[in-house]
This record gives sequence, C-alpha cells and structure tokens, in this order.
Amino acid sequence: MNRRNFLKVVGAGSAVTAAALAGCNNAASGGSDDVPKGKMTYRTNPKTGEKVSLLGFGFMRLPQKPGKSGGEDADDKVIDQDAVNELVDYAMAHGVTYYDTSPRYCKGQSEHALGIALRKYPRSKYVIATKMSNFDEADQPYEKSVEMYHNSMKELHTDYLDYYLLHAIGDFDGFKARFIDNGILDFLVAERKAGRIKNLGWSFHGTQDFFDYMLTLPIKWDFVQIQLNYHDWDHRTEEVNADYLYGELSKRKIPAVIMEPLLGGALSKLNHSVLTMLKRADAEATPASWAFRFAGSLPDVLTVLSGMTYMEHLKDNIKTYSPLKPLTEAEKAMLEKAADMIDNEPTINCTGCHYCMPCPFGLDIPGIFKHYNSCLTEGNYPDNPDSPDYKKERRAFLIGYDRTVPRLRQADHCVSCHTCEPKCPQHIEIPAKMHEIDSFVEALKRNNA
Amino acid sequence: MLRKIRIILAAICFTLITLLFLDFTGTLHAYFGWLAKIQLFPAVMALNLGVVIALLLVTLIFGRIYCSVICPLGVFQDIISWVHRRKRKNRNKFRYSKALTWLRVAVLVLFVVALVAGIGSFSALLAPYSSYGRIVQNLFSPIYIWCNNLFAAIAAHFDSYAFYSVDVWIKSGITFAIALITLIVIAILAWRGGRTYCNTICPVGSVLGFISKFALLRPRFNLNKCNGCHLCSYNCKASCIDADKHEIDMTRCVACMDCIGNCHQGAITYGFRTKKDKLNSLEKDKANSAEQNKQDSTESTKSDSPKSATNDNVKPSAGESNPDGKSAEESLNGSPNKAENAPQSGNSVDSSRRNFLSLTALFVATSTINAQKNKFDGGLAIIEDKKVAKRTTAVVPAGSLGIKHFAQHCTACQLCVSVCPNQVLRPSNGIMTLMQPEMSYERGFCRPECNKCSEVCPSGAISLIKLSEKSSIKIGTAKWIKANCIVNTKHVECGNCARHCPNGAIMMEPLDAKNPDSPKFPVVDEERCIGCGACEYECPARPFSAIYVDGMERHKTI
Repeated sequence: MNRRNFLKVVGAGSAVTAAALAGCNNAASGGSDDVPKGKMTYRTNPKTGEKVSLLGFGFMRLPQKPGKSGGEDADDKVIDQDAVNELVDYAMAHGVTYYDTSPRYCKGQSEHALGIALRKYPRSKYVIATKMSNFDEADQPYEKSVEMYHNSMKELHTDYLDYYLLHAIGDFDGFKARFIDNGILDFLVAERKAGRIKNLGWSFHGTQDFFDYMLTLPIKWDFVQIQLNYHDWDHRTEEVNADYLYGELSKRKIPAVIMEPLLGGALSKLNHSVLTMLKRADAEATPASWAFRFAGSLPDVLTVLSGMTYMEHLKDNIKTYSPLKPLTEAEKAMLEKAADMIDNEPTINCTGCHYCMPCPFGLDIPGIFKHYNSCLTEGNYPDNPDSPDYKKERRAFLIGYDRTVPRLRQADHCVSCHTCEPKCPQHIEIPAKMHEIDSFVEALKRNNA
Repeated sequence: MLRKIRIILAAICFTLITLLFLDFTGTLHAYFGWLAKIQLFPAVMALNLGVVIALLLVTLIFGRIYCSVICPLGVFQDIISWVHRRKRKNRNKFRYSKALTWLRVAVLVLFVVALVAGIGSFSALLAPYSSYGRIVQNLFSPIYIWCNNLFAAIAAHFDSYAFYSVDVWIKSGITFAIALITLIVIAILAWRGGRTYCNTICPVGSVLGFISKFALLRPRFNLNKCNGCHLCSYNCKASCIDADKHEIDMTRCVACMDCIGNCHQGAITYGFRTKKDKLNSLEKDKANSAEQNKQDSTESTKSDSPKSATNDNVKPSAGESNPDGKSAEESLNGSPNKAENAPQSGNSVDSSRRNFLSLTALFVATSTINAQKNKFDGGLAIIEDKKVAKRTTAVVPAGSLGIKHFAQHCTACQLCVSVCPNQVLRPSNGIMTLMQPEMSYERGFCRPECNKCSEVCPSGAISLIKLSEKSSIKIGTAKWIKANCIVNTKHVECGNCARHCPNGAIMMEPLDAKNPDSPKFPVVDEERCIGCGACEYECPARPFSAIYVDGMERHKTI
C-alpha cells in the first residue's frame, strides 16, 4: 500500500518526482503513452450487480507539498490537491471506479481531498468506500460516531455511501467498545436498510477466532476487506493466513476487497535475489505488477486497493489490470518461492501505516523500521565485521540512521511501555524489535575498528 | 627571503592548528595533533620538559620566532593587521613605542599567581593558544559545521554518505561571550597596532620576550647602509624598532623579518649578536634608568605643560600608579619623532587596559539561557529538552585523574570540546573552572569506543588512555532519583538505564522485596558503575533524568 513511501525514502526521490511530473504533463496533454484505455478488468458485485474496477484507488497517503512555512518538516506539509486531482483524473480516464478513504487518513484530510477530486464527475461513474474510524475513545460515544459518519458524506459531497466499513477490527474488546456497546452497528445496519449505505462490510486485522465470529453474526456482510498478497497467502506465522480468510469469504460468496497487496511496499522493493528471479521470468514486469496479478487472479476478489502517490505507480497498476492476465500455475509456484525467499530475510513487516503513533516517548517507530528494512534490502546491512564492505556498510547504516530518524527518536529510547503493541495491525512485537535494532546499532557503534 | 620562509611556515602552522579545532571528525588529529602539543603553555601544563626546553632554546637562538610561526593567535593578529595595512596601501604605518614593561610584568605575575593558586580559568583567559582555540571553537566552528551540514544535505540527496550532519549548539553562553569579546578586543588591537596584545598582555610573549633579549641571532642594523628612512620602523608590527637610535627592543621583536624584507638599503641583517650589541644594551639600560630618574624628579614640575595634559587625559591612572614614570617619559621627550609616537602609545595602553577590564568584567557576566524549542512533527510526540542535572561534583573525562589535577592542567583551549563526537564535553560555567570542559549527558553519553579527548589533549590535563582501560576508569557514580523515575510517575515498565549500562552496573529489582511482581526499579552497583552517563542519557524522564551521574573527585580504577 505504501510502496511509494518506500521509494520516496529510499532515495529515488528526485528521479521519481521528475519522472512523475513528466508523466503528468503527458496525461494533461492527452499524449499517447502505452497505458491502454478502456481495457480495465471489472468485477461484478453479486449483491448490486454493479461493475467495479479491479484496481481500487486507496487514499491513505497522498502527494504532499511543503506548507506555508515552506519547510521540509513532516508537520508542515499539506496535501498537494493539484497532484491529487491529476491522479484521479487519470484514473477516471482509465476506468478506475473504486475509491477508498477514511476520516482518519492523512491526518483527517483524505476524505476532503477525495471529495474535491471527484466532484466534477457524475456520482454514478464511481463508487466510494469510507469507514467508521472511531479508534479514539473520544469518538466512540453514539453521537460522536454518527457525527463521523455524517461528516464523511459531507466531505465527499454525497448523500449515500457505496461501501462502508467497520474500520480495522480484529479483537472482541475493541469491537464491543466501538460498535456494540454504543449501538453503532445497529445504526449502520439501519442506514443500509434506508439505502444510504449500499454495501456494509469491515476491514480485518486480527485473530482467526474473531474473524470466524464476525462471519457467524446474524448480519449479512456485503463485503470484507482483508490483507492479501503472495507472501501473506500462506507465509504468515503469527497471523491468520490470507488463504484461510479468502477461502472462508469465498465459501460464503462474500466478495473480498484486498488491502496490502504489496505488503506495505515490501513486495515492490525486493532484495536482489528475489528481484532477479522475477525479472528472469519477465524482464519488463515490475515487482508490483506480479503482486497485483496475484491478488487479481483470485475470482472472488472485488477490487485490489493500491495507494498511489506517483503517476508511474498508477500507470503501472492500470497496465497490469488492463486487462488482467491471470497467473499461470508455474507463475504461482514462482511467487510462492519468492515468498519463501522473502521470509528468509530478516526484514520487519512494518507497512508504515503509523497506527502505532504517536509513541508517548517520542520514537519514530515506522521511521526506524523503514531505515532498518531499507538497509537490509539494499545490502547496506553490516552484519559481518570481516566482510570487505563492512566499513562502508557501517558508515552508511549509521549515517543513514541519523538522517532518517533524529537521535532522540531512535530505537534506544524505547522503554517498552507497550503502548504501541496492541495498535499494530501487523502484530509486530514493536518493543522487542526496537531492542533488537538498538542492540544491533550499539554493537555497530562500538565496532569502529 | 627569511621573511618569506617565515610567512610560509606561519601559514602552514596556522591553517593546520585552525583545522584541528574545526575538524569534528578527529581525523586530522592523528597527523597534526602534535602542533597543539608544541604550544608553550599547554606544554608547560603537561610538564612536557622536552618541548618546553626546545622552545626556550629556539627562542634563545632565534628570538621569538615561536610568536611569529607557531602561535596561532600571533599569526591571527598578523592576518588582521595585514588586511588593515593592505586596505590603505601602506599608509597605515606602525610606529615605534616604548615598552610597557610594568603592564607585562604585572600581567605575568597575576598569571603565575593564578596558576599557582589553581584558578585555571584566569590563566586560560590570557593564554594565547587557549584564547585562539576558544575563538575558533565558539565562533568559527559553527560556520564550518553549517557548511558541512549543507554538504551533508546535498550528499543525502544523492544517497552519498561522504558527509554527515552535526548539531550546532552553544555549549556554554559564558564561554561563547568570552570568546566573542576576546575576538573583538584582539581584532581591534591587531587592527590598530599589530602585536599590541603580544607585547603588553600575553604572558607567553612576556616570558619569551625576556629570553629573546639574550637571543643569539637577531636583526641588526648596518649603520653604514642605513639612510634613516624609518621604513623598518613603519613596518614593525611589534613597534619595537627605534629607527632614530638604531635600536631594536628584542623583548618585543617577534623575529618576523619584516624589517629585513622591507629595507631597501639592505641595512638590516639577521645575524649573531655581537659584543657591541651587548654593550649597547647595557648602556641603554643604564641610560634608561638615568633618564627615568631624571623624569621622576621633573615629573611634578612638567606635568602642567600642555603636552602632558593631553597625555594625562588618555591615561591618567597609568601615570600615577607607575613609579617608573614611563608614561611621562614620552611626553617629556624632546625629539619630534618621539612626540609623534606618544598618542599612539597612549592609545595602546588605553586599549589594552580596556581589554583587560572587559575581560575581568566578564567573570561576573552571566549567559542568557536559550529558550528551549520544542518541535512537533505530525504524528510524533513532543520531546522535551533535557536539563542539566545538578551535580555536586563535576564529571571530567577519563584520563584526567580527578577534578583537581584536571583543573590545574587544563588550559581551556576547547580542543577536546571540538572533537567530542558525543556532545558530552562542554565548557564549564563555574568560576574556578570557567571554560575548562566538563561532561554532561543530555545529548549523548561517553561512549565506550571513544577516547578522542585523551588523544588530542595537549596539556596533559587528559592523559592518553587506551580503550581497553576506559571501561575500568571510574569517573563518577550513577544516582537514582525515585521521584523522577517513570516507573514511579507513569507506572510503566522501563529499565532503559539497565539495558544500556555498558558495565552491567544497573539491575532492575522490585521495590517491594516481598512481592517479586511489584514494579521494578533500577539499583546501581556503585563499584561497577564508571559514570559514562549511558543511563542518564537514555533515561526517558524529562526534563530531569531519573538517574544521573555525580563525578568522582579523584578517579578510580576498578
């Protein structure tokens, strides 16, 4: 989902931006590029019979530009609405119809930005998915949650929502507090009956018990959003594998909406050996296109969400699904092998969703993981002092660490208060990982021979 | 030729020493660290007899070439003075002035008394190398680091790790102010009168000046060739050439060879001192004392004359307090040349006194405390800045043996502060140890793999320690403050201090011994703790850490 975020930090920054601008110009002038128009693969919603594009546009992270003070600080950036409009215009022109947002994305600005970008198109030309994101206790009282629901409609300039989700549920306590005790689930079911919600579903990050429980509730779910990609299909160790989730939904004929098709960008930024294997199979295909083909090849998938900040990513994804070429058995076997190889490298499966933030002690948790992972995948991982590249790798790791994360926000300041841990949708043992990284860095610093 | 050699050597020494103070990576010090160690004052403090004797011998043979080549502050003044003279194309002439021996002696005596009394801060204020180090560290190094940070930003853009960014912060407001004022005073003095500072205040200059009196080699006049053009005197930044009398005051001559290089007649040569020189100097001494006696007797009667009245305006107290009556001597001198010199010399006294007074005043000056800036980045929690813990005993680096030894040997040159990669060392604000470095752990801790300060210290205040020794040198002891500990205040699990202690000297134990499940607090094994400050730095309690290091008066090997 945040492949672009990965790339941004990893440093392809300037080149990618320049290319993205060039891409925008092409799009604006209607110039010919090799992204086919009108070839998009569509899936049919069994309940409404409407056609939904296999590529869904996720609005979790959007192009940003420096704010008023012009600084590079994260707190100072605002959404670049012009860039958002260009992306949406291009997507609409190429048949993307599904747009997924939430009142909590982009510090609460995502719905607003999407509302502006879609306003000029007829309401029937696209479908909107948004969510009940009442994570904060302050948002959980009935009135507050209902207010959040109505505000979504206001921001999106609509009087009905095509897809509405109970956002990120996965454990009994949270579900009870957010939807049962305050009566919000009843409210939403009533709203569906009234026709203001066309499809009611939920996005899932949690235990198998809870997933099974949700499917046994006496409520007909119109869709469920699950995390699925060729790694998580059957390679998750701590969490429920996607093959189970998809299988259960498929059995019940509930369409699946796919999130994290790229595992937080990890499947687009592959290490050398995996990348080589994929490139040998198809030199021109991007790593991301393999992941999208995997998700799209499953017949009961309604749409595959991708957050796209760069025009290149949008174009690449449109190309992959215009039309979809389902994976062959041999290709599936290869991706399974790729998943094995990915498992054997010690990257941390942080998707950069920032749900863990803010850390009460000021740590930049996703930033730390990102630096650690990127050093691993780029081969800047100084784990062997006898290696001839050790000095160079050590320097790159330590300087890069200070560049990515300010010293006071680095892993050594984790006190293991465990505030973050229950918030992580990937169920990473964050404090334990922090201490691991800290020990690694400490050893690295001491070994300055 | 001699002049050119001097200039080239001086430029090399000056550049390298300046770079020593700028190079925060500590790379240059491996090659050129000795340049700091051959500075006279640090060598004396280090009891480095070899260097001291060598420097004294060099001075005894060649005169004060130390001041012209090795001393960075001397060369710095030459540069300022050169810029000034260039600006108006040689119209800014130097002029001969009488030596202010009384001031030189007085400053030297004060300096030595302060040293003996252990007031290192006072001697550090006057010592030339320390002053220069302070100026570079406080005023030039931020500019250097900003440039470096600019390169680092560019490097980051291109994914290069050639440069890395370093924090710039005022390590001590008082020291910064002293450095700034020293720079201003020295720049003004050098701009107006060349080596005024070296020949009136600098204690090193005074000592070397005394030795230089007996120097074997010295600039000498060839009276047959001299046409009395005074060019030598006009070019003498030490104002020590009396062209009329063909005399050179060797106590002030810094052997810069400018007079030799500038004399069109070749009338000045650098050569062995002769009997005649010796005789001359003896006669001169006699004549001087005779003259002074005469002046003393006539002072009261002549003081009403208009000429001396103007002088008295400039330096009234100097005339009164000085039994030698040197101030009056200038105004009484009959020759027009001398009379012309008088105001110049008056000015220099005035400025040097001003210099002296302003420096003294600084002792009581206080620094303005920077308003602390908090930063908030979107999803990141605010991190409050840490405040310096209130230590009963200062923490000084391993290798300095203890507070007393450190204070007695440190020249407060700031070289260690410049190279400390962990932002631990900073100049102290205590009166007795003003500007001498001390340690604090808000921005980092004294890392076990670093002994940079002990490598660079030129004065023996921090003697060289091996990395293997470091973990067994106890410089302080960690102390826990229960009221600050987040286990206590926020009821969360922590143990960050114990986790980061390089010596394993902190254990987490349940406060309630009967209940092993009660919250765990740090306990310090005082004997194993070496005072590196890892616990203090890593402690999440803010603004004051819940565990801090108090220094050891005398360091201990464990």
